[in-house]
Amino acid sequence: MAAFGSFALLIALALAAYNLLAGALALRLIATGQPAAISPERLADTARRAGIAGFLAVIAAAFALVWSVFANDFSITYIMEHSNRALPAAYKFAALWSGQEGSLLLWASLLGIYGFVLRLTHKTDVKLYAYAGTILAGIQVFFLSILCFAAPPFSLYQGAIPDDGNGLNPLLQYPEMVIHPPMLYLGYVGFSVPFCFALGALIMRYPGEKWIKVTRVWTMVTWLFLTAGIFLGMHWAYAVLGWGGYWGWDPVENASFMPWLTGTAFLHSVMMQEKKGMMKSWNVWLIFSTFLLTLLGTLLTRAGLVSSVHAFAQSSIGTWFVVFMGLVLAVCIFTYILQRSHLQSEHHIESLVSRESSFLFNNLVLLTACFVILWGTLFPVLSEYVVGNKVTVGAPFYNRVAIPIGIFLLLLTGVGPLLPWRATSFKSIRRNFVLPVITFWATAIVCLAVGVRPWKDGAFDTGNFYALVAFAVSVAVFTAILSEFLRGAGVISRQTGKNLFLATWLLTRRNTRRYGGYIIHIGVVIVVIGLAGAAFNRNIESEMAVHDKMSIGPYTLECVGFTQDSNLNYNSEYALLDVYQGGKKQFQMSPEKRVYLITGQPQTMVAIHSVPSWDLYVVYEGTNPDTGQPIIKAFLNPLVGWIWAGLVILVLGTLVALVPSISPSTASLRVPVRSAPTEPALKGGHQ
Amino acid sequence: MKAFRKFSFWMKTAQAALLATAVCFSLGATDAGSRFNNLNHRLMCTCGCAEILGECNHVGCPNSTGELNELRDGIANGQSDEEILHTFIGKYGAIVLAAPTGHGFDLVAWIAPFAVFAAALLGTILLVRRWSVGKTVAAAADPVTMDPAERERREQIRRETGDGGF
Repeated sequence: MAAFGSFALLIALALAAYNLLAGALALRLIATGQPAAISPERLADTARRAGIAGFLAVIAAAFALVWSVFANDFSITYIMEHSNRALPAAYKFAALWSGQEGSLLLWASLLGIYGFVLRLTHKTDVKLYAYAGTILAGIQVFFLSILCFAAPPFSLYQGAIPDDGNGLNPLLQYPEMVIHPPMLYLGYVGFSVPFCFALGALIMRYPGEKWIKVTRVWTMVTWLFLTAGIFLGMHWAYAVLGWGGYWGWDPVENASFMPWLTGTAFLHSVMMQEKKGMMKSWNVWLIFSTFLLTLLGTLLTRAGLVSSVHAFAQSSIGTWFVVFMGLVLAVCIFTYILQRSHLQSEHHIESLVSRESSFLFNNLVLLTACFVILWGTLFPVLSEYVVGNKVTVGAPFYNRVAIPIGIFLLLLTGVGPLLPWRATSFKSIRRNFVLPVITFWATAIVCLAVGVRPWKDGAFDTGNFYALVAFAVSVAVFTAILSEFLRGAGVISRQTGKNLFLATWLLTRRNTRRYGGYIIHIGVVIVVIGLAGAAFNRNIESEMAVHDKMSIGPYTLECVGFTQDSNLNYNSEYALLDVYQGGKKQFQMSPEKRVYLITGQPQTMVAIHSVPSWDLYVVYEGTNPDTGQPIIKAFLNPLVGWIWAGLVILVLGTLVALVPSISPSTASLRVPVRSAPTEPALKGGHQ
Repeated sequence: MKAFRKFSFWMKTAQAALLATAVCFSLGATDAGSRFNNLNHRLMCTCGCAEILGECNHVGCPNSTGELNELRDGIANGQSDEEILHTFIGKYGAIVLAAPTGHGFDLVAWIAPFAVFAAALLGTILLVRRWSVGKTVAAAADPVTMDPAERERREQIRRETGDGGF
């Protein structure tokens, strides 16, 4: 199977290279109109078909690796290092992305899948898709080259083949790890597609803004995957690492967040281009940057450039990524300079206080947030280079710098939709903003009254202060969004006689993009409320013998026993804790500590009892080596469940936005596409 | 006069809200501070776990207990926050601090984000103002040269997007 996999990868590389070269040649011949021995259209079609065949080859290679994992083929070094016989089936599948080579193969496979869908749907716009497919093939050549020459997943183990493998990293043996990495990778890899469309459209001086409409679905789906991937990663960190948190500003976490920020900025500003022909250069650079940031994220993850707890995937392939990033950047700059005249804005923003400028400021804040995270991630490297002194840029830095930016962004989320296009008046501001402003102050006062105060232990506490502001802004933004729904639904209700609920449904169906966007914003508000709860986390740690008790918040935990279990994969110790509330036993929790047999590595399995107001989060930390007593650490984490609920709303909103509206209310607003170039388009092309 | 009264009403409302907030802020703000908790969140555990010292949760962590004891000793000995942090830096290196300091090159870490944001904000505001002024001047100088079809198309956009939306 190793030979089959390696051969499949080589074939995939050859096909991707052909796709790139033949596609580029065909497009060049079409663009210049030079006579050629072969019809450029036929050449381009062979390139497209090579891309489809390449997809099959790379999927075959991925299949070969998964097959080898399940077959316990420890003659393959990767399998030996990342699997073992006793590993459960789901985690055997996860072994595909648990190491460097496998995760790069996953990347190439997903790129192949995206490319396959792109090439199959080429009739949407043959020429544009041919450009995008050719550029995508270039990216695929890079990843397949690494797989074939720098990080081969099928390299054979040198020496006597062991009976069993080293096993999977215990941190990865958790259900989320079966879906979190593929989701994240679908997001990372997916941004290649809008990048290819943007670069292709720029190279061919695509007339009008149709390419944006073509790529909108790609971008939104990709954004959805990345969002879900990031949140699943947060949940994994929360449930597995046992420190009571979900985001540690680790460089690898930051690496996934940066393209999300620029991708979000793109999804907003692209509306300006679609509707008003503005911000064309900005949008092109946003999508270029997003793609480059996905590569940078991979570089940070793999190259060991910065210190990270995600050390399981580090290697020396950083140079490949640096060179490729440089090449991509050079191509982007060159193309932009060459074609910048094509990106002249048709209109300009007329007022500082308008819907247009709110999009601009939203972009500005998102990019500032991205810069802050990039800066914080790379500052240790910079500091070491400049003054020879490596420093840590941890949570206190981000909490102080990024949180105010995040709150400002949240504020814009509420303000933007309330501003009319072009310009606004004082009367309009007063009409739209009175209610949100009142709810802001009312929430702040209520929060202060119920004990959400900006100090802790008698001293001003920035965390508490930010939480207070975040709660108030969240409620104000929620009010603003709700008022937008109600305003529109009220009009429909009066027109159709339907009740307000049905009118809201109809309103959403009539403009799914707009109201789906608002639902996403509501999801963001819910997430922010959940994040703000972290300012009030509490924890207690104690050695607990049987019948010992500890109290946290409204709960009293009584230890009723300890037990042990074992299977082929690990031994585990459980603590059995009865949880009382108001003097009555409510439920039992059983935090666990595992020791994996093959690696000897320990792993906590946290017990979480989640209610809307908080999570009771209990960790069995093991036994005190001095006293032999078990140690239990309990956290009371307010509002954590809101974060996951917010994700569900966010996903729902995105799905709503992806559904076509029942009556395209803005169809007549489209700027007419200028006449297509007179040169013959590719056969069957749609301009 | 009516406008002035309305303005005055909103000013008073804003003042009342600020006053209420200030009163609430002052309630209970005299509790004793917890320097230990504050300081252990400004330091990192040095065992390699990349966690804040006050949040390091490894049972039998080789470093965190010692560091926390040193911190307690520093406070008990009457050292100031700065002195304690300097002692830690001297022993473990600057990497023991959870965030850059406010001195020397570290200051750049704190200034750069705000400087970039301020510059970008200022640049954007100036650009939008230039566009809006340019548009006013152009419209005043030659209000009739716009292509009627273009004018109609723009008016249609304005009419149909007047209520906002994506």
